[in-house]
Amino acid sequence: MIRIEPREAPSRWWTIGIPVVSALSALLLAAIPLAAAGANIFEAYGEMYKGVFGSTFAFTEMLTRATPLIFTGLAATLAFRAKLWNIGAEGQLYLGAMAAVVVGTGMIDAPSFVLIPIILLAGATAGAAGMAGPAYLKTKFGADEVVTTLLLNFIILIFLQMMLEGPLKDPMGMGWPQSEPIVDNAILPQLLPRMRVHSGLIIALVVAAVAHVMMSKSVWGFKLRAVGENAAAALHAGIGVKRTLIGAAVISGALAGLAGVSEVAGLRGYLTTDLSPGFGYTGIVVAMLAGLSPIGVVISAVFIASIFVGADTMSRAIGVSSYLADLVVALSLICVLIGGFVARYRITRTTKGDA
Amino acid sequence: MTESRVLSLNNLSKRFGSVVANDAVNIELHRGEVLALLGENGAGKTTLMNMLFGHYLPDSGSIDVADEAGEMHPLTLGHPQAALDAGIGMVHQHFTLAENLTVLDSILLGSESLLSWRHNRRAAREKVGRIIERTGLAAPLDEQVGKLTVGERQRVEILKALYHDARILVLDEPTAVLTPQEADTLFENIDAMTKEGLSVIFISHKLREVLAFSHRIVVLRHGKKVGEIATSDADERVIARMMVGADTPVTPRETMEPGAPVLQLKAVTVKGDNARTSLHSVDLTIRAHEVVGIAGVSGNGQSALARMVSGLASPDSGEMMVSGNKISRFTPPVMQEAGVGRIPEDRHHDGVIGAMSVAENLVLERLNDAEVRKHGFLQQKYIRSQAEELSKDYDIRGPGIDADARLLSGGNIQKLILARVFECMPDLILANQPTRGLDMGAAAEVARRLMEARTRGAGVLLISEDLDEILALSDRVIVIHDGQLIEAHSKDRETIGLMMAGEHV
Repeated sequence: MIRIEPREAPSRWWTIGIPVVSALSALLLAAIPLAAAGANIFEAYGEMYKGVFGSTFAFTEMLTRATPLIFTGLAATLAFRAKLWNIGAEGQLYLGAMAAVVVGTGMIDAPSFVLIPIILLAGATAGAAGMAGPAYLKTKFGADEVVTTLLLNFIILIFLQMMLEGPLKDPMGMGWPQSEPIVDNAILPQLLPRMRVHSGLIIALVVAAVAHVMMSKSVWGFKLRAVGENAAAALHAGIGVKRTLIGAAVISGALAGLAGVSEVAGLRGYLTTDLSPGFGYTGIVVAMLAGLSPIGVVISAVFIASIFVGADTMSRAIGVSSYLADLVVALSLICVLIGGFVARYRITRTTKGDA
Repeated sequence: MTESRVLSLNNLSKRFGSVVANDAVNIELHRGEVLALLGENGAGKTTLMNMLFGHYLPDSGSIDVADEAGEMHPLTLGHPQAALDAGIGMVHQHFTLAENLTVLDSILLGSESLLSWRHNRRAAREKVGRIIERTGLAAPLDEQVGKLTVGERQRVEILKALYHDARILVLDEPTAVLTPQEADTLFENIDAMTKEGLSVIFISHKLREVLAFSHRIVVLRHGKKVGEIATSDADERVIARMMVGADTPVTPRETMEPGAPVLQLKAVTVKGDNARTSLHSVDLTIRAHEVVGIAGVSGNGQSALARMVSGLASPDSGEMMVSGNKISRFTPPVMQEAGVGRIPEDRHHDGVIGAMSVAENLVLERLNDAEVRKHGFLQQKYIRSQAEELSKDYDIRGPGIDADARLLSGGNIQKLILARVFECMPDLILANQPTRGLDMGAAAEVARRLMEARTRGAGVLLISEDLDEILALSDRVIVIHDGQLIEAHSKDRETIGLMMAGEHV
């Protein structure tokens, strides 16, 4: 028989050693399909390494990829801490992007230092609105937010298609379903010349730091944790449970909305339906990997972005199918998640009775 | 005399990590004997019984059980089925019957293979009938379990064990849910069963019934057997001393003149789905310097009363006044503001947030106080120094104020709640089952604190299923039955027992 029990206090060695061991086992496991595809393993992993750390460009590409993941990872972290299962960050991201495009393509003419805060605010508000509905339905009628937020993702994506074929369609876009470009004054400035990494990253890092302080030091964060850990006791103690849940929902949606603004105004410059390759969903993985810690989210977003970017470069460099890159990513995530489980829980084998 | 032993636990030890739950415990049980197993919470009674049933594997030691012929055989440890086959039956504190089955089906459930079920029903019914005849455990066999009273359900559990040919029956706190009269019936049945040769181990906290109905008493403390005594040689003081290792502190109380009313209920009606959640036009007044005990069998409206006074539910009609002020909105913050301190019934579920620290739990109800929050941020320095102070004052023992509250024992969790509630100097204290599941030391501390609040001038609404506790602490006793409150004019145990069962006396 096998028994699973939480470790009382995970030791330092475990907390550092486990991620390293799981990353190594991921690489070992991923070597099997790579070898089967006829690739030289060492060359493959060498390319993967180079894809992230090989040049300033590679490294900044990784950071560019990590930026939206920090936002969506934080969105999931804040909601999940309150035991509010927001699966709709993908949809909220697109709502934020749409709001940025509506406001940032010529509706307002203002200098950068005014316009950029405006589009950030617009995107955050749109994302917040996207999560306010499901939160209201949950607190008012007990509607399961997993279902409502998940389904809203599809509704929002179809709504986006409609908008890009209609009111938001770029008349100069030669018929492509894409929005007009963001005006120059609304573009998030680049951090380094000739690199794509943009100031959205700085905003993400600041937001993560603020989230960390709010969670651990503020009364608001205290209430959020209390409601998430034991809603019955929080209610009994006089904490406004519904209000706290709606607050968490709105902030979570706003953060996902910021991911959309950051992508559209920092990277692409215009909006299409393939703005996000599932950043909203990957954000959930980022948050879980980070153990729902805002600072941890930054680290795990960087890790996951490295795997994505590295595997991508590798598959292109040695000419194996890009599906193999996806496979490497998936194996890494599974190994790290199992590793995190092992770090937190003890698995003991209970022997059968020997009378 | 031939070998009359039916069970022998030999040097059983069990550790959980660094905690020694049982330390070389030896117990013998004889044919036809009622053995009472006594001990404070956490003394190791449950662990011991779980080893007997094969739920836990002992670290060392062995168990011998007699077969029908009286020969002792070693029991295969760690296998519940082996314990069942050896004739050991257990009736848990919380019943494990399916409400939608008939009594007969419940008794048969698990004993017959599904294929032979119908074939054997008739024989089964006869067998159950014979057991009822021999033991007097009356139960309506064709009634649905859901329609039975608690006492009847317990009889069904016992019948089920006997149907499985149990020769040794373990009863875990069997009277916790019964009225005094139902408890007496239970003990009559046990008496009849032991005359038939059955042996009984019963686990209890209640000294009175242990003295009245057992033949021998074994006392556990900190996992060790610290005393064994023939019941005829024992009295309450002797056993209590064995359990706590010292004389039990008697709650000191002085007579006090009641002051102004702190709680008034006028024709309050709460319409719930059933009796458990209903109150029918009740009136109640509690004054300063007064403890009013609400006695009753659980599920007679106590939770409706407690939820309303806690601010978790609103009455459908009638009014409630706290210190003369009418309550118009029933929410926890309104009650806190009005000066109501609330000790919840389920302290783990409603009282603390297990995954947050002791210090954080101590300020859980004070998040709007200027000392605790400043510009929306927690005043860590104040919170920590406050926690240090309260831990000392209230003797909250555990790994420290930064440790998660879930790491505290039940008694220390209750002390944490007391500290939080009493520091706000409430005018009215709702104490709902304040000592349930606590050991004697912690229970005495709770009682002392309640008395202290009474002296200070608070009124206490004490809801408890433990009649001894109510009688010891209350200035007035009110019986709750079927959503109605009836004042008991004497503190006579017999009278109150009858009132709890719904008799008009």
